[in-house]
Amino acid sequence: MKNMSMRDALRAALHEEMLRDETVFVMGEEVGRWQGTHRVTRGLYDEFGARRVRDTPISEMAIAGAAVGAAMAGLRPVAELMTINFAFLSLDAMVNHAAKIHYMFNGQFKVPLVYRAATGWGNQATATHSHSPEPIFAHFPGMFLGVPSNAYDAKGMLKTAIRDDNPVLFTEVIALYPKPSPIPDEEYLIPIGQGDIKRPGTDVTIVTYGRGVEWSLDAAGILAKEGVEAEVVDVRWLRPLDLPLILSSFKKTNRCVVVEESLPMYSFGSEIAAQLQEAAFDYMDAPIKRVHAMDLPLPYARTIELMALPNAQKVVDAVREVL
Amino acid sequence: MATKTETLSKETLLTWYEEMVLIRKFEEMCRYLYFDEPDKKRRITGVYLHLASGHEAVHLGAVKALTADDHVITAYRDHGIGLARGVRADLLMAEMMGKRTGVSGGKGGSMHLAWRPVNFWGGYAIVGGHLPLATGIALKVRYMNEPNAVLCFLGDGASNNGYFHEALNMAAVWDLPVVWLVENNLVGMGTRIEDSTGQPELVKRAIAYGIKEGPRVDGQDVIKVYEAVKEALDHARAHGPVLMEALTYRFEGHGVSDKQFDARDDLKHELEQWRTRDPLVVFKALLDKRYKDLDDDYARIEADTDKTVQDAVEFAVNSPEPGYEDLIANVYVDSDLVHGDPLKL
Ligand SMILES: Cc1ncc(C[n+]2csc(CCOP(=O)(O)OP(=O)(O)O)c2C)c(N)n1
Repeated sequence: MKNMSMRDALRAALHEEMLRDETVFVMGEEVGRWQGTHRVTRGLYDEFGARRVRDTPISEMAIAGAAVGAAMAGLRPVAELMTINFAFLSLDAMVNHAAKIHYMFNGQFKVPLVYRAATGWGNQATATHSHSPEPIFAHFPGMFLGVPSNAYDAKGMLKTAIRDDNPVLFTEVIALYPKPSPIPDEEYLIPIGQGDIKRPGTDVTIVTYGRGVEWSLDAAGILAKEGVEAEVVDVRWLRPLDLPLILSSFKKTNRCVVVEESLPMYSFGSEIAAQLQEAAFDYMDAPIKRVHAMDLPLPYARTIELMALPNAQKVVDAVREVL
Repeated sequence: MATKTETLSKETLLTWYEEMVLIRKFEEMCRYLYFDEPDKKRRITGVYLHLASGHEAVHLGAVKALTADDHVITAYRDHGIGLARGVRADLLMAEMMGKRTGVSGGKGGSMHLAWRPVNFWGGYAIVGGHLPLATGIALKVRYMNEPNAVLCFLGDGASNNGYFHEALNMAAVWDLPVVWLVENNLVGMGTRIEDSTGQPELVKRAIAYGIKEGPRVDGQDVIKVYEAVKEALDHARAHGPVLMEALTYRFEGHGVSDKQFDARDDLKHELEQWRTRDPLVVFKALLDKRYKDLDDDYARIEADTDKTVQDAVEFAVNSPEPGYEDLIANVYVDSDLVHGDPLKL
């Protein structure tokens, strides 16, 4: 067991999988000689060389599309899109090809790839560079989507994603990269689609993922002092969604707050609220509240940027409203 | 036809020199305010700040080739282009500090400077994203039968995503008046042009689009840039797009988070070489060759530009921060359309 940052845990996952399987390779902008924009791929180029750690031009369409082709042909690409903001340029290859080819050709081709992208707002990155758009990508059947909330999960989830025969979008919250958690020495995998109770509780269910887990745990700490026990459910995967886990928690607490870093309209929160009222209407003691970024592009100036973003206090406030 | 150097007056050249000095000092001040300013309230903060020291001759020379009614658009390395186009240094500095008085009200920041009154259509931070915007602006010009042209700056790295291809081809088939000016500084982040581009001589791609192959001009020499861009703009007005390059070098890392640039020995050597061709050094040598006794002018320029930058900083520091009203304003043209009460969200 040793403490590792999420950045190092992700690197360890890549490293182990590249050692285990020669068809696993990394491609993307600045992943090699530059050692990765967020340093997740640091050292891999030096160890594995240019065949397996491939610097690409600034060509998001081709990165995403070539990963599909290489995966169809039998390789296991881990294609980095530097940040999710640039994956909008890749969207067609991801949505129309990665996610559809197995179905459209009735199983003739598998697309065992992973798209990695840093995600999340922070520190005045401004409107074009502050997206947390996972729900857009999770909209489409055929591609899985994982967002780890800590270093431990990150390692186990990424390894599983690489081994899975389906395309997976794997987004990594920039603010979590430096945060450490204890990582066992022995190998472990976290199954695709398996959520996790990050904190047990009886009074309210907070459903969240990624950065939202941190805010929710902080909020739960504050609420505990008032005698309110919140259960924090980290779905870990937006697709497939661990609905059974969410439902079992909700049936126990009868109250729910959904917390996400992204925008409110057509969102994770909307989805969870809809699913709960369809599946567990009779268990509902209060309206489901959503905590999310404000419905606008993020500005540069720090003060107003922070106003627009979720935080632990906003989670606390939302929980108080449903109690 | 291009104006020849001879016709540029001493006065004009000295004004340009002053502007170039101002651009450099502005960048150096940004660097200082980000890394070294001890007083928190005076700092530039955030994760993105891309300095353009080294590119001044490209920015100034090219912008000077524009008429007042021409248009200019660029990527995120945009401070110098704004200054060259005559945007007030204090309004730009206020934007750098995220103040309400900034050119974009503190909402755009360093990467998204724009100033409508001088047809500075902005800096854009998605690589390649502004290229089709240039095509669209040029479309409006042709559509309305205006005599103007569009100058679109782009990095060498930006020539490799789909935006480049689609924007250039569309401008070509419609004969639009755009000059595509590649600021070729040999690198995009850490990737060298020869590692990212099958044909590193980027102007050759003009052949593929059936547009004019412009020159690969010395980007450290403001006069050469000016003349070449002026000729290209004339061609664009009359016939359609031109693809040209200005060969240059950035004296700083890619952005403030780039810690590798200073540490790498191979780059150190290359940087030293290019520093001997600092655009300010090159420009000053030209002035000294042509005119005698400029010492008083240089002293005045030094003092004036220092003051302009210092005043800009004080203006920015003393400007108000944007507030909640600013946060919700301008999401839509009618900004009442924000959903619900956003403070509660
Ligand atoms: C679509 C997209 N992909 C990647 C990035 C990240 N990125 C920002 S600047 C840059 C390098 C661009 O290089 P170049 O166009 O040569 O301009 P320079 O920085 O040299 O001025 C990259 C890859 C981005 N902002 N947008």
